[in-house]
Amino acid sequence: MKSFFNYISEILRGIWTLLVGMRVTAKYFFTPWRNVTQQYPENREKLVLADRFRGEVVMPHNENNEHACTGCGICELNCPNGSIEIISKSIVTEEGKKKRIIDQHIYHLGMCTFCNLCVKTCPSDAIVMAQTFEHAHWDRASLTKILNKPGSKIMDGVKE
Amino acid sequence: MAFEKYDFTPLTQSIHQGLLENVSPLMTMIIEWTIIGLLYLVFVAVFGLFLVYAERKVCAAFQQRLGPMRVGPWGLLQTIADFIKLLMKELIQPKSVDSFLYNLAPFVVIIVPFLTISVLPFAPGLQSLDFDIGVFFVTAVSSVGVIGVLLAGWASNNKYSLIGGMRSGAQIVSYELSVGMSLITMIILAGTMQISEIVELQRNGWFIFKGHIPAVIAFFVFVIAGTAETNRGPFDLAEAESELTAGFHTEYSGIKFAFFFLAEYINLFIVSAMAVTVFLGGWMPFHVGGWDGFNAIMDLIPGLVWFFAKVLGIIFLIMWFKWTFPRLRIDQILTLEWKYLLPINLFNILLMAFIVLMGWHW
Repeated sequence: MKSFFNYISEILRGIWTLLVGMRVTAKYFFTPWRNVTQQYPENREKLVLADRFRGEVVMPHNENNEHACTGCGICELNCPNGSIEIISKSIVTEEGKKKRIIDQHIYHLGMCTFCNLCVKTCPSDAIVMAQTFEHAHWDRASLTKILNKPGSKIMDGVKE
Repeated sequence: MAFEKYDFTPLTQSIHQGLLENVSPLMTMIIEWTIIGLLYLVFVAVFGLFLVYAERKVCAAFQQRLGPMRVGPWGLLQTIADFIKLLMKELIQPKSVDSFLYNLAPFVVIIVPFLTISVLPFAPGLQSLDFDIGVFFVTAVSSVGVIGVLLAGWASNNKYSLIGGMRSGAQIVSYELSVGMSLITMIILAGTMQISEIVELQRNGWFIFKGHIPAVIAFFVFVIAGTAETNRGPFDLAEAESELTAGFHTEYSGIKFAFFFLAEYINLFIVSAMAVTVFLGGWMPFHVGGWDGFNAIMDLIPGLVWFFAKVLGIIFLIMWFKWTFPRLRIDQILTLEWKYLLPINLFNILLMAFIVLMGWHW
């Protein structure tokens, strides 16, 4: 007799646990405004992304085509997967001193994990994370970018 | 009664008479068969695609996602695009399959819903076959589907397919029992197996209300066993993706795969439609005894709308099961059937027989 009551209570408890589960999913179903998934943004012009969003590494230039990169190579050293290559060159300044400046800041977007370490460690804050997010390309070569614009030079007052 | 004005009998009768006057009786029969066949084909295709879309949307909502949103407004054309894609895909036949059985299996599987759908009453006067053993016909024919599943599993010459097919066989053979038993419970109540008569008997109250507790138990047993019979989650271990890739239809591609897919969803519709017909009054409107004004308003809604509203309700319930409960193991499935559903069912039949014997059911 005891096993019979156990059997019945087991069934009732089973039904109860199933109903608890169904209540949870029903709560999700009937509150669609709390959905976590969002649509792919169609309104690219008006879109406001979070400040901390990491799209790609860019090097801001001012209106005189000047940037703050000294070519020190700290970003290259800190990059965990070698997405950054610094090619520097030596020039002779007006005072006759030899100086190392940036020639090409090469950034491989296809290898980047967006860890933000390069931006964090840059001593002169020359690179930042942009808010772009559409990085699909037909050609892998177009994912390799040179961040300093042609003909650009370093700003005045950037600490060497 | 008011809702009799939505009866389809005058329409079908006028078509029949019009054909008889113009062509020979043989041609009349052929034309009528063709019309009915085409109607069912279109219905199965359209409703199957709609169910696939509904499943994706319902699943997404349960998982706090949006589901298909890109193709057409709210992704309404998504399944049509998928279907066109499947139609254009190559039919790949592996080298060492049993060619005849391999090609036969999808057709066996897709024939079953067409056979069962023929006895369903969609609306007053909208039922193409009305056997006096209608319920028995449905249970008998719906078990043919498992042969197709077993054939597919066996002929594919693939261990995943074979395991999937065998699991499906064990599962459907077991759960067929529960489906049959719960239907027998209601047949005891109705006293007839003719589907049109079963619906007619529910004019003054659906069987789930008339049959008291045993009818409610039988309804839930039927829904559980029906879910298992359609190979849907939580009983989807025949095609358990994580263990068996796709189970019995692993080796199928293109339109043959679509046949399995479509058959699964139409079987879902058929199980729901049977639950509605036998337990929830078919196309009969919802009435509350004594509330004449309420009943008159309910009568204004056509029977076809009632039928599909109820069917979609049951389909939603079954989808809710699928996206809530985790998949059962094969031994758990057999335990559920043989140790729980079957004894409950047998007891339920006794209870129902007793209630009918004492005349408490009306």
